[in-house]
Amino acid sequence: MAKNTTDKVRNGRATPTSRPSDSLTKDTLLEMYWKMLLSRRVDERAWMIHRQGKIVFHISAIGQEAIQVAAAYTIHLGVDYIVPYYRDLALVLCAGVTPEDFMISLYGKEGELSSLARQMPSHFGAKPFNIVSTSAPVATQVVHAAGMAFAIKYRIQNELQDPNDRTQPRLAVTSLGEGSTSQGEWHEAMNWAGVHQLPFICIVQNNHYAISVPVDKQMAVPNVADRAAAYGVEGIIVDGNDVLACYDVMHYAVQKAYRGDGPTLIEAKTYRMTPHSSDDDDRTYRERSEVDAWRDKDPLLRLANHLKAQGLLTDAVIEGYDKRARKIVDEAQRAAEERPYPPGESAIAPVYAEAN
Amino acid sequence: MAQMNLLEAIRQGMDEEMEHDPRVFITGEDVGPRGGVFRVTQGLFEKYGPTRIIDSPLAELSIVGVGIGAALADLRPICEIQFADFIHPAMNQIMNEAARMYYRSGGTWTVPMVIRAPYGGGVGGGLYHSQSVEAFFAHTPGLKVIIPSTPYDAKGLIKSAIRDPNPVLFFETKKGYRLIKGDVPEGEYTVPIGEARVAREGSDLTVYSYGMMAHYAMQAAERVSQTDGIEAEVVDLRTLLPLDTKTVLESFKKTGKALIVHEDNLTMGFGAEIAAILASDGFEYMDAPIQRLCAPDIPGVPFSHPMQDYFMLNPTKIADAIRDLAAY
Amino acid sequence: MATKVIMPQLGESVVEGTVNTWLKKIGDRVDEYEALLEVSTDKVDSEIPAPASGTLLEIYVEAGTTVGTGTVLCLIGEPGEKSSEVPDHHENGKHHPPAKIEPSEEKRGTRLSPVVARMVAEHQLDVHKISGTGRDGRVTKKDVESYLESQTKDEELPPWERPGSGDLFKPTDTEEEAPARAIPVESIPKGVPGELIQLNAMRRAIADHMVQSKLHTAPHVTTVFEADLTNVLKHLEANKPQAARQGINLTLTAYFVAAIVEACRTQPIINSQWMEDGIYLHHHIHVGMAVALDNGLIVPVIKNAERLNLIGLAAQVNDLAQRARNKQLTADEVKGGTITLTNHGVSGSLFATPIINQPQSAIVGVGLMEKRVKVINDAIAIRPCCYISLTFDHRVADGATGDSFMMKMKTTLENWPER
Repeated sequence: MAKNTTDKVRNGRATPTSRPSDSLTKDTLLEMYWKMLLSRRVDERAWMIHRQGKIVFHISAIGQEAIQVAAAYTIHLGVDYIVPYYRDLALVLCAGVTPEDFMISLYGKEGELSSLARQMPSHFGAKPFNIVSTSAPVATQVVHAAGMAFAIKYRIQNELQDPNDRTQPRLAVTSLGEGSTSQGEWHEAMNWAGVHQLPFICIVQNNHYAISVPVDKQMAVPNVADRAAAYGVEGIIVDGNDVLACYDVMHYAVQKAYRGDGPTLIEAKTYRMTPHSSDDDDRTYRERSEVDAWRDKDPLLRLANHLKAQGLLTDAVIEGYDKRARKIVDEAQRAAEERPYPPGESAIAPVYAEAN
Repeated sequence: MAQMNLLEAIRQGMDEEMEHDPRVFITGEDVGPRGGVFRVTQGLFEKYGPTRIIDSPLAELSIVGVGIGAALADLRPICEIQFADFIHPAMNQIMNEAARMYYRSGGTWTVPMVIRAPYGGGVGGGLYHSQSVEAFFAHTPGLKVIIPSTPYDAKGLIKSAIRDPNPVLFFETKKGYRLIKGDVPEGEYTVPIGEARVAREGSDLTVYSYGMMAHYAMQAAERVSQTDGIEAEVVDLRTLLPLDTKTVLESFKKTGKALIVHEDNLTMGFGAEIAAILASDGFEYMDAPIQRLCAPDIPGVPFSHPMQDYFMLNPTKIADAIRDLAAY
Repeated sequence: MATKVIMPQLGESVVEGTVNTWLKKIGDRVDEYEALLEVSTDKVDSEIPAPASGTLLEIYVEAGTTVGTGTVLCLIGEPGEKSSEVPDHHENGKHHPPAKIEPSEEKRGTRLSPVVARMVAEHQLDVHKISGTGRDGRVTKKDVESYLESQTKDEELPPWERPGSGDLFKPTDTEEEAPARAIPVESIPKGVPGELIQLNAMRRAIADHMVQSKLHTAPHVTTVFEADLTNVLKHLEANKPQAARQGINLTLTAYFVAAIVEACRTQPIINSQWMEDGIYLHHHIHVGMAVALDNGLIVPVIKNAERLNLIGLAAQVNDLAQRARNKQLTADEVKGGTITLTNHGVSGSLFATPIINQPQSAIVGVGLMEKRVKVINDAIAIRPCCYISLTFDHRVADGATGDSFMMKMKTTLENWPER
C-alpha cells in the first residue's frame, strides 16, 4: 500500500518519455506566464507601498510563483480544497482572489475578502473558492488538509459522494515552507495521510530559509521528501523554479489522488528572493552573491526564456503584459486606498456561527 | 422513562445523532472495537463499522486537527480525547484554529465539531488522569464549553453539541460516569446550550457549580436542609461558555449570597468569572462576601489516597461551606 | 467622663421600652453590674445593670414612661460632673431616634452589605432599629426583609397614599373603620366607685396582640378531644424519682409537649405560618409554653422540641418556667415559637378557646385533669382525664386536619408506655 518512489522521480521527471506539460496549449502556457507575472507585479507593488509607509506589513511570494501556478493549473479550482500558507499569493490569485482583494487586505479595508480585515495580509482564505482560512502558527493548516482529505474519503466510503462526481472536492492540497516541516503538526498530518492513504497533496516550498535559519539547521536529511517514506507517503522532489516540471509532478499527484491511490509529498526546491517579510533584513544572514546567483534562476525569467525559445512569446508581448499588469495593480491600489476602513465596532461579531 | 447512568446517556445521545446524520463520526484513541477506555463508545463500532468509528493514531493534536479539517469539509466529527489531561498537545489546534476559524474568516468557515474528554479526580488517577481543564477553554471566545451533571442533561446537551455549528468542548466527569444515575426519557429531546438550570430552589444562599461538583452540591444542599434548616439554591451551570448570566444573576438577586464550587483549582478558575459577574452586576443585591470553594492551587490531584481526599471536594466539605456562609 | 445609661434593645424587633421602677435614686452610689432600674417591653421584663460604677447623677426618664431604644435614661459619674455632656436624647416621650452610640451596635459594627445598604436607602430605614441575626449581629438581607414585613402596610405606602390625620381630611366613612377599632371605650360617669389601673407595657402588648390575632388576622376554629391520662400518670410516677435525682421536676407539661411534637409530625401543616404568598411550613418545632405571671402572661419557647426526649423537654419546661417567674428570660427566649401550649387547666378550666399566638397557626389548650367515670368494655371505670383542644388558623388547615392532629395527640398520651 505505502509507496516510496522518491528516487525514481527526481528532477521533475515523473516519466522521462512523455510529460503532461507537453500537451499544454500555447494559450494555457501564456496564461500561466501571465499569472506568474501578475503575482510578481502585485507583490512588488506591496513592497513599494510598504516602503512609502502606506501599509504596515507585507510577506512575499517572489521567486516561488512557479510551483504555485503549476498547482493551480492541475487541480480543480473552486472545487478541490486549497489549504494555503502565507506565501501562496500566486496560487490564490489563480484560484479567484483578485489583485484588488489582496490590496484591500494590505490596507485592512472594509469588506476584506479573507477575514473582514481581522487578519494580517496574506493570511489567505476565501470560502467561495474553497480556500481555507489560515493562521500564523506554521503547519497547523496541514492537519486541516489531512482532515479535509479524510472527509472526502469518508464521504466516498459512506456513500455520501460519488467518487467520479467532478462537482465535489476530490482532493485537498496544502503548502508550507521547509522550516515548518519541523513542527509536530506536519508529522501528525503526514501520519494520518499515510495511515488512511488520503487524497492529500502536501507541497513543501523549500525556499532554503525559515526567516534566517537555513535548511541544515532544520533537519539532518538533505531533502524533506526523504521523510515521506516514513509515513507511507510518496515523496517527490522537483525544481520549484521550473514551472513545467512542477506542472508534471503536480499533475501526477493530482491524478493519483483522484484515482484514490493515496497521498503525495512534493518538495519544490526554490528560493526566497526577498527578505522573510517587510520587517526583515536578510543581509544579516545571507550573502548578496547567493541571492544574485538565484536571480538567474528566477522562475518568471526561465519561463519567459523557454516560451521565447519555443516562439510562443516576444518581448513586445511581455511589454504588453507588463503594461496591463501595471494598470491592474494601479487600479487595485487606488480602489483599496479609496475604500473606507471598517468601523471599530465591527470587531465584535461574528464570533459564533448561528445554527441553520 | 429509562434509568441510566451518565455514560450510557452520552452514548445514547451520540448513537441517536449518528443514526440521524450520516456526517457524524467518532474518532479518538481506542474508540473502535475496544469501545473507549471508559466504554462510552461501546457497541457503536459493531453498529456503525470502521468507516464511522475511527481508531485514531495516539496523537491528540491530530485527533483534533483532523477533526477540524473534517468539520471544515462539512462533516460532524466527535473527537474523543481519552483524558482531559491529554488535551494539551491539541491546545494549539483548539485555541488557535478551531476557536478562531469563524471569526478570522469573517464568518464564512465554520467548525461544527465536538471534542469530548473525561475530566476530574477522585479516581486514583494522580496528576495526569484527574485534571479539570475547563477554565482554559472557557477563556477562549469562539469555543463553547459544556459540563453536564445529570444523565438527562448529558444526553440532551451532547445532541445539541453535535448539531451546533461551532466547536464545542464537552467535558464528562469520569467519577460520575457510572455513579450518577437518573431518568432519561425515551425519544428525541435536546437541552439548549447556554442555559443554566436551577437544580434546587432555596432562599438562604446560592451554590453555583457544574459537573461532579453540582452533583455533590445537591447532596450537600439536601443535607443542610434536613440538619440545619438552611435552604440552599443550587444552580447547575451546565454550559460555562456561553454562560447563562441571566440565571446566575437572578438567583443571586434572590438570595444575596453566593458559594461557587468547582473541582478545578482556585486561582483563575471559572469561579473567578462568576464572582466577577456577581460583584459587578449583582453588587446591590450582595449580602455576604462571595465565597469560592475550590481545589488548592497545586499542580494536580496527588495519587496517594489521603492526599487525593485532601484535594477533592465532597458533600461534607460543601455542606460546611454552606453553613458558614448561611451564618454570615 | 460620665456614663450614659440607655434604653437597651431587649430583643429582636423591640423598638421601645417602659421604665417600670428606678431601683436607685439620684445621688445613690452604684456599682457596675448592680441593678439600676427595671424595664419592661412587650416581650420581656428585665432589670438593667449599671454599665459603670459611680454616682447616679441624673435621671432623665421617669418611671412609667415609654421611650425608644437607645434613649438616654440616666447618667452615672462622679459628683460635680456636668450633665451637659449628655446629648439631647433625654426628652421624655415615645419614638426617639436611637442614640448614635450604643454598646451592642459598636460590637456588631456598622458595616452593611451592599444589598442591605440599598434596601435601607430605598425604604428610608434606620438600620439601627433592625436587629441583626448574622455573624456578630450583622444585619442581613433577611433581617431587613422581616423588619419590613413587621412594619404595617401603611408605613410601606408613600405618604400621599396614607390618610391625613387632621380634621379637614379625616375619613368620614367611619363604618369601614369600625372593625379596626378595639372595644368601644365608654367614659365612666363621675362618682362611680372604682380605680384606674395603669396599663403596663405587657398588658398593652397582650391586648394589642389578642385583638390583632383574633379580629384582624386569623379565622379561629377550635376542636376539643378528651384524653385518658392513665398511662401518662403511671409513667410519671415511675420516672419522677429518677428525674428528680437529675434535678429535674418531671411534670405533665413535658408529656403534652411531647404529644404536640408527635402530632406535628403527623400533620406538619399545623406547625406553620400563613404568608401572603403561601403557607410557610416550619421544619423545626418550637413550642411556646404559656406561663402565667402575677400581672400577665409570658410565653417562653422550647426550641427544636423535636430533638428532645421527655427528660430533655422536662428540663426545658422547668428552666423556662422558673426563669419566666423570676423575670430572667432573655428576649430571644420568648421569640420564634411555631406552635403554643397553654395549660389553662391549672386554674380549673375544663376547656377553653385560646387565641392563637401570631404569627403561629395553632395553640393547644389543656384543661383540668380530674377523675371521670368512663365506660370501658361496657364496664364503668374511673379514669384520670382531661380535655385537650386545638385552636387553629382555618386559613392554614381544614377541620379534618385539626382533628387528625388531635387524634394523634390523644393516642400518643393514651398509649404512653407505662414505665
